[in-house]
Amino acid sequence: MADQMTGGAMRWARVAGRGMIGLRLDLGDAALAGAVTGAAGVPLPAPRRIETAGARRLAWMSPDELLLFLPAEEVPAMLEAIRAGFGDGFAMAVDLSEARALFRLEGPGAREALAKAAPVDLHPDAFGPGDFRRTRLGQVAAAFAQVGEAPETFELVCFRSLAEHMATWLDTAGAPGAFPGVFARA
Amino acid sequence: MARRLPDRGRLIDRARPAPFRWNGRALSGFEGDTLASALLANGEVLMGRSFKYHRPRGAVASGAEEPNALAAIGAGAGAVPNTRATTQPLRTGLEAASQNHWPSLEMDVGELNAFAAPLFPAGFYYKTFIHPRQAWKHLFEPVIRNAAGLGRAPDGPDPDRYEYFYATYDVLVAGGGTSGLAAALAAGAAGARVLVVEQSGWWGGRAATDGVTIDGRPAADWAADAVARLSDMPNVTLRLNAQAAGVYDHGYALVAEQAPRPAGASGLRERLWRVRARRIVAATGAIERPLAFAGNDRPGVMLASAVRDYLDLWGVACGERTVLAANNDDGYRTALALNAAGLEVPAILDARDAPAGPLVEAARAAGILIRSGMGVMRALGRKQVSGVEIGRIDGSGRAEDRIACDCVAMAGGWSPVVHLWSHCGGKLLWDDGEALFRPDPDRPPLSHDGAGFVIAAGTAAGRLQAPTAMADAHAAGLRAVEGLGEPVSPSPIPAASPVADAEAEGDLRPVWTSPARMPPKLASKAFLDFQNDVKVADVQLAAREGYESVEHAKRYTTLGMATDQGKTSNIAGLAILAEARGAAIPEVGTTTFRPPYTPLTLGALAGEARGPLFKPVRKTPMDAWHDRHGAHWEPVADWRRPYAFLRDGERVKDAVTREIVTVRERVGMMDASTLGKLLVKGPDAGRFLDLLYTNMMSSLKPGKCRYGLMCTEQGFLFDDGVAARLSEDAFLVHTTTGGADRVHAWMEEWLQTEWWDLKVHVANLTEQYAQIAVAGPKARAVLEKLGGMALDGAALPFLGWAEGELAGIPARVYRISFSGELSFELAVPAGRGQEMWDKVAEAGAEFGIAPYGTEAMHVLRAEKGFIMIGDETDGTVTPLDLGLGWAVSKKKTDFIGKRGMERSDLVRPDRLRLVGLETEDPAEVIPDGAHALEDLREDGRARTAGHVTSTYWSPTLGRSIAMALLERGPERIGEVVRMSNGADAPIPAKIVSPVFFDPDGERQNG
Amino acid sequence: MLLLTCPHCGVSAEETEFHPGGEAHLKRFGPGASDDAFAGYMFERANPRGVHFERWRHVFGCGKWFHLARCTASLEVFGAYPADVTAPPEEILAKIRARRPGWEPAPAAKPAAKPEGDA
Repeated sequence: MADQMTGGAMRWARVAGRGMIGLRLDLGDAALAGAVTGAAGVPLPAPRRIETAGARRLAWMSPDELLLFLPAEEVPAMLEAIRAGFGDGFAMAVDLSEARALFRLEGPGAREALAKAAPVDLHPDAFGPGDFRRTRLGQVAAAFAQVGEAPETFELVCFRSLAEHMATWLDTAGAPGAFPGVFARA
Repeated sequence: MARRLPDRGRLIDRARPAPFRWNGRALSGFEGDTLASALLANGEVLMGRSFKYHRPRGAVASGAEEPNALAAIGAGAGAVPNTRATTQPLRTGLEAASQNHWPSLEMDVGELNAFAAPLFPAGFYYKTFIHPRQAWKHLFEPVIRNAAGLGRAPDGPDPDRYEYFYATYDVLVAGGGTSGLAAALAAGAAGARVLVVEQSGWWGGRAATDGVTIDGRPAADWAADAVARLSDMPNVTLRLNAQAAGVYDHGYALVAEQAPRPAGASGLRERLWRVRARRIVAATGAIERPLAFAGNDRPGVMLASAVRDYLDLWGVACGERTVLAANNDDGYRTALALNAAGLEVPAILDARDAPAGPLVEAARAAGILIRSGMGVMRALGRKQVSGVEIGRIDGSGRAEDRIACDCVAMAGGWSPVVHLWSHCGGKLLWDDGEALFRPDPDRPPLSHDGAGFVIAAGTAAGRLQAPTAMADAHAAGLRAVEGLGEPVSPSPIPAASPVADAEAEGDLRPVWTSPARMPPKLASKAFLDFQNDVKVADVQLAAREGYESVEHAKRYTTLGMATDQGKTSNIAGLAILAEARGAAIPEVGTTTFRPPYTPLTLGALAGEARGPLFKPVRKTPMDAWHDRHGAHWEPVADWRRPYAFLRDGERVKDAVTREIVTVRERVGMMDASTLGKLLVKGPDAGRFLDLLYTNMMSSLKPGKCRYGLMCTEQGFLFDDGVAARLSEDAFLVHTTTGGADRVHAWMEEWLQTEWWDLKVHVANLTEQYAQIAVAGPKARAVLEKLGGMALDGAALPFLGWAEGELAGIPARVYRISFSGELSFELAVPAGRGQEMWDKVAEAGAEFGIAPYGTEAMHVLRAEKGFIMIGDETDGTVTPLDLGLGWAVSKKKTDFIGKRGMERSDLVRPDRLRLVGLETEDPAEVIPDGAHALEDLREDGRARTAGHVTSTYWSPTLGRSIAMALLERGPERIGEVVRMSNGADAPIPAKIVSPVFFDPDGERQNG
Repeated sequence: MLLLTCPHCGVSAEETEFHPGGEAHLKRFGPGASDDAFAGYMFERANPRGVHFERWRHVFGCGKWFHLARCTASLEVFGAYPADVTAPPEEILAKIRARRPGWEPAPAAKPAAKPEGDA
């Protein structure tokens, strides 16, 4: 049997240049939802999912909230386009690019690193590509999605002010040789 | 004496010696040994001293239930005290030391207690150390504290690492004995996600040692095959050295996994699994019970199962001549095993009058002397047992004979390990036939769906005989999967129930002491709880003194309150209490089983949350600059903010004074990024804010700002700040630093749970912007140098805001002031905060600009009489108390807190209300929190008429200032009050207006 | 550690992702209410041993408030439903009755009942 206390590996990096637009709207309202999907060119995600189209991703945050990831330079025009699409409708689009920090985790240990701090079932059968989860990592609020399969890749967002904390945590959780080696078997 | 045998020892690898040190002495064992087995192999029977009497003690058990053999493992900062030698794997270079003695294990001064033992009955401490009072503080407590405590905490920070691991499974199987493996096979074959954890370093439990065969093969072979089959199932996870330590609500369980070797390169010592399982199979086996006789705590007196474990698992003889004292057949297995190994068994003392059955016959056939109706009356010897006096179990305790021996094996029957079943409320049944408590399957702990989520399996369910245990465990595994209510695998493979075979056993005789009716002289030397030194006599005394409830008796005697939680002593203790009360055991009941099963280290509980990860610290975009420029930090909510910026050699106090003078005379700049910034948007935004704030917000014009107050529904002030109207349907609400998340949550709560018809969205933009306050007479001059926006009084009047580009950076500029000076706050995208900060500093250089910290801000606002949430408010203060009635609308029909403020107590005329205080001696600063003393009596006692809320040295005014909440305060302007000053004489202070500086507010106009 | 399922996002998560908010379905009494009515709204809580309706927020998740019907003694969860209702929905009441035969909601929790005390 493999050594139970070790195994896996994980690389991480802070992602720069990615903008974020926070969207509040009734997702059941076809006109409002269409304003987002039309402008962004990304399909509406199902609950707890994230959709990707090119350099853009659209994440389901709650029944009346989406988060659009896109290249930072596209944010002003996109905000304008979405707001124009909303018209007088009861909806809000707001630039959150600076408010959050984005990280990318990659490698066979990435999944288990997340499972060291998130009270979430991260078994591959339960959390796979395109799944998006808002939760906590240790003591801080965070959200993550699986965005790649080979190698397994996750993106993680947290508040900007906690970026240094998150970096320290990623170094700790991803320290070489300290992975449970549970998901790797599956 | 105890020694290693040339043969036997299924767990040790004789090809791999493992040298180790015990109390500094070099000894050697083998890989596969535990510390206890290696010590016994070296003839080291004495392993520690007891807690209260410091009596010499050796290992009683061979596993997690061990009460005596606690050792300190390792040295220096990484040392771990109170480790059970019976579960500590031996490894090359291990350093271990015994505990609870001085100066040495062999010679312990504390053992004096033992000679004084009759002086230490149950409740001795409660009864003795009451008078004289002074003696407690100066004599009793220091002496007791010095002698008390178990082990020594290491000195330095723990060098090893710990982590959590969150895992979700359909079924958690706790215990990797044959029962656990059978249950896991059943559940795993059905396709469920199964985690099997075993606290020891090997699979199969004790069935092999007990000579059980399963499916026609020796239990060890069957177990190895079962593990191989489970390893092949991708849906099954197997972990050794991992103990299911606690079961909590709704299938939550803690599993503590130990690194089997030194932490090594990864530095990881323990992993605490936080498991969520839909069903938990408790296949935790059973623990053998000792028998209570005088001197039963002598080293060499051990559980019969432990004696045969040491023989079979580690090839260790615990003695040359072993007397077996038993009340059942199972103990005979030990006598037979010893006999087969060529070790002497001079006698079996069987409490029963007519023992019979295959095991008894086998012992007779082996020529072992069986003395029925007999028991040990007294064990002889001191640091090791040297013999036993034996007598009639139903007699008076008189010794009829004496047998020399160096080991006594006690077989008092078995108690199922029901801990995991009971942790979360599973109920127990008393089984009279087997004389044990077992899980009542009709009253399991319930999960969220109302179904029982713990299933006891095998011996843990009270099925002590191997054939029924195996069938039960297999059924338990199937039940765990059935209980999930849905097919977990499309093509389940049915697993056949393993069939176990073992010698049939006759009935146990439920006798717990030897003799059955124990005279006081023997009862005071017959131990129940070895670790806490609780004797039969103590429990009898507790019952006589009226401690009839088992929970009371436990606390009075400390029975079961040691680190082993009475794993070996519970049943005998209950039985003796029951007998003393003339009640049946089930009437007495059990004490509560609480997690963890065995102690967890603090490291495992802390996980990664230590050092820089202990508490997340939020940092602003300019944090690094502050750090490079002498920031003296203070925590504000989860943020760190500069309290003051220290120049070379400057004291904090002096830096604060310098910063205040800079703002008042020239210009200062402060990082205000931590202020909460909430966007409130929608057609009903104005209506919503009118409900949230005490004042009117809907009347605010776009382009303007207004200071506002928020109250709880009870009418108490909890946050304040400036709201800016961005457009007809949008406001940007500023909150206090600590209030951002709270106010955001508050808004969501009202929008979602009370006023869900309001069309309002809220977004927390706190971190989207860096915010810089520029304050002082030269503030406008500095910003005008940056260029890009008109900032004169006409273009940007007080309480206005404007948007544009400043120094080429998009900015929103608010004309607001918390210092009373001409002041602007610049909000820029967080990513450009440092750039703007640098530009302001550069532009301000010619005006003598300097950064200022939170303390200067506090003093500046106090000079102006501005309140600070958390200083002037404490959750019981209304806006009216603070003289802020002008900010409480009388026009609005409703707002949160309006009805609350109307309550009689909140309009009482003698409420504490805000005033300023000026000390008669201007140099004297009143201590923070000082009370206004009234009706001062000669003995120094007084009534408090209020208290100081903020108190500072004001460099602007060259005197001390304070704000206070005082009874009828504003009515008493001009009066002198006496403010408490610790042990010193009260400080006289004059009541004044809380606005000390620039009462007409002219300075903020520049 | 409770296992709760958020009716808004469908996540089943441990208690640490949620924040409790006390008794559900309190009627707010504001300006004009009698002292008794206001005190009842502010301070009086049912605190039953048994079926209880309570408020929770999925604070480390979708951020939404919801209501939970739970047994305070056995910790069974009967169901969760959105917070924008003034009384438990019939389907939740039916689920409780199925598991607690004979149980009836206290007057304050009855869909039809209107709290008294407004001055």
